[in-house]
Amino acid sequence: MSNTKKITIKAFRFNAETDYLPYYKSYEMEVGKDELVLDLLNRIKWEHDGSFSYRRSCRHGICGACGIKVNGKPVLSCKENAFDMIDLFGDELIFEPQSKKRAIKDMIIDKGDFWAKHAAVKPFVDAVIDEHPTHETKMSQEEVENILDADYCIQCGNCHYACPSLEVNEEYFGPAAFVAAYRFTADPRDNSGKERLEMTSKIGPGVWDCVKCFECAEACPKDINPIEKITKLHNLQFEQNVAQSNVATRHAEGFVRSIKKHGFLDEADIVKYSEGPIGVLKHMGDAIAMMKAGKIHITDQIPFMGNMPKSKNLDEIKKLVKISQTNKL
Amino acid sequence: MSQLRYALYTGCTAKESTPELLSSTLAVAKKLDIELIILEEASCCGASHLQDFDPFLSHVLNARNICYAEKLGLTMVTLCNTCQINLAMTKEKLDHDADYRAKVNAKLAEVGLEYQGSVDIKHFLYALVDDFGLENIKAKVEVPLSNFNIAPFYGCHNIRPSELQHKSNGGENPYNPTSLDHLIDALEGHPVNYASKNKCCGFHVDLQAPHTSNALTGTALLDAIDNNADIMVTPCPLCHLNMDIKQRGAGKQAGRDISIPVLHMPQMVALALGCTYEEIGLKYHVSNAKKVFAEATK
Repeated sequence: MSNTKKITIKAFRFNAETDYLPYYKSYEMEVGKDELVLDLLNRIKWEHDGSFSYRRSCRHGICGACGIKVNGKPVLSCKENAFDMIDLFGDELIFEPQSKKRAIKDMIIDKGDFWAKHAAVKPFVDAVIDEHPTHETKMSQEEVENILDADYCIQCGNCHYACPSLEVNEEYFGPAAFVAAYRFTADPRDNSGKERLEMTSKIGPGVWDCVKCFECAEACPKDINPIEKITKLHNLQFEQNVAQSNVATRHAEGFVRSIKKHGFLDEADIVKYSEGPIGVLKHMGDAIAMMKAGKIHITDQIPFMGNMPKSKNLDEIKKLVKISQTNKL
Repeated sequence: MSQLRYALYTGCTAKESTPELLSSTLAVAKKLDIELIILEEASCCGASHLQDFDPFLSHVLNARNICYAEKLGLTMVTLCNTCQINLAMTKEKLDHDADYRAKVNAKLAEVGLEYQGSVDIKHFLYALVDDFGLENIKAKVEVPLSNFNIAPFYGCHNIRPSELQHKSNGGENPYNPTSLDHLIDALEGHPVNYASKNKCCGFHVDLQAPHTSNALTGTALLDAIDNNADIMVTPCPLCHLNMDIKQRGAGKQAGRDISIPVLHMPQMVALALGCTYEEIGLKYHVSNAKKVFAEATK
């Protein structure tokens, strides 16, 4: 295999102070097998255009400054080998900032929303610390493991700006803030867990607005898997009785109700049960359209008349629900 | 090639609001001589919501589902991306955490079952593309889909997280997936390249965040339309429900009319293999999809 490859980089260019619109500029270069995406950013600046702007600092994958998108894939420039990108996307690489609508200059974005949301979840151990302790306070192995890998977050923002829910809902905290919320809530020294759980359980900003797309898991350069922590926050809400009965919590819990009865999910019942008698009315338009198409039937919700399928060996399912259910709403 | 045999996990939607998904899947299997044994004992996978409420219960129920495929000794195929990810995540957890597996098996023992981790789980799309093979499908095409520009919509839970999905999706690049594009090619349709093809449809927040759900659905549908798609196709019935039923609401929010037939992946294959109108089940769509059958043979 050749040790160099000839590629074209199409780089997003924009200067908020002088440009009305962004544009893309192409740079051709011969790339070596050991070069990183960061090296290519440097070469654009050093060999082609000194005004090309991007953030960089540690070059060790720890400062979190150099996150950009390559052909839509969020990367930490200093960790990503250029040949790997060429393998994934071919010989035309597109360099864009993490969030085009937040661009200030080329790859540099205004990360203000990220920092505000991160700060809002109290990303620190909230505890009264004895300044002169007489003995060491030890965490058990289990307590350490419970924090998972949430402590490895470097606040690069890759997951935050990969999140489609955040893209259309500005009040949504986003995956990185949730990782921080989980990390400190899981810390046995901390006293603000309940406050964080209440904050992140609200519909709109909280975890219930996660669309479950796994973009954050794919985007994280530290392999933290933010959605796993989002699920943990969901679980903690129920375990610590923070969960309020609302459309989202009833939706999650309502699956048990259906599964116990049919094995399958009763699709119409879950909407009725989650929304409540008033809320369900806003779905009438869709329900009528679905009835017209034969997707649902007017008799479905009448006992003994509906078409609701039942799993074979339903008794097993009922028994397993009875002996395995751990949480309650 | 010896006959392919699978244990079919239908999921809930194929048995309820999208009967066309089940009928077209069975029709495709019949045409291609693939044997699908329906797991009638299976229960709901929890649709990525049950685990938010009770993760242990979700794992126990999905482990039970997998047990029934293990009894048959067959690879389990799914028809829904979300079923796929829930079952695959359960398998991943149980196969790599012996203590947890023992806890789950203690519950399963009470109903005479034991999870062994002996079968694979894959989506029907990849059974067709990777196991049956595109060349073999191409050879069976009776109605080439050359009249259509077809926008592939992959659905999150078949392509992300890639580390898990690569065990069953042939190494699909989540930022540039190709299996559906290649399938469309094999059926002689014209795949549409558009930025939203690997994005989220918003289905999972439809109840609590309808604005988000409509925004994501509308963006993807309009992106397909603006790139001259005649049809959208998806392997996921949950994406399908959002994309088919919510066109009016998503269009209202976007300030544009949205009208495009959205087909399930097996419906598209069934159409090209010359299956009947009834089998393809185009009458069960909310958006106007019936015309697709006539247009295919025009």
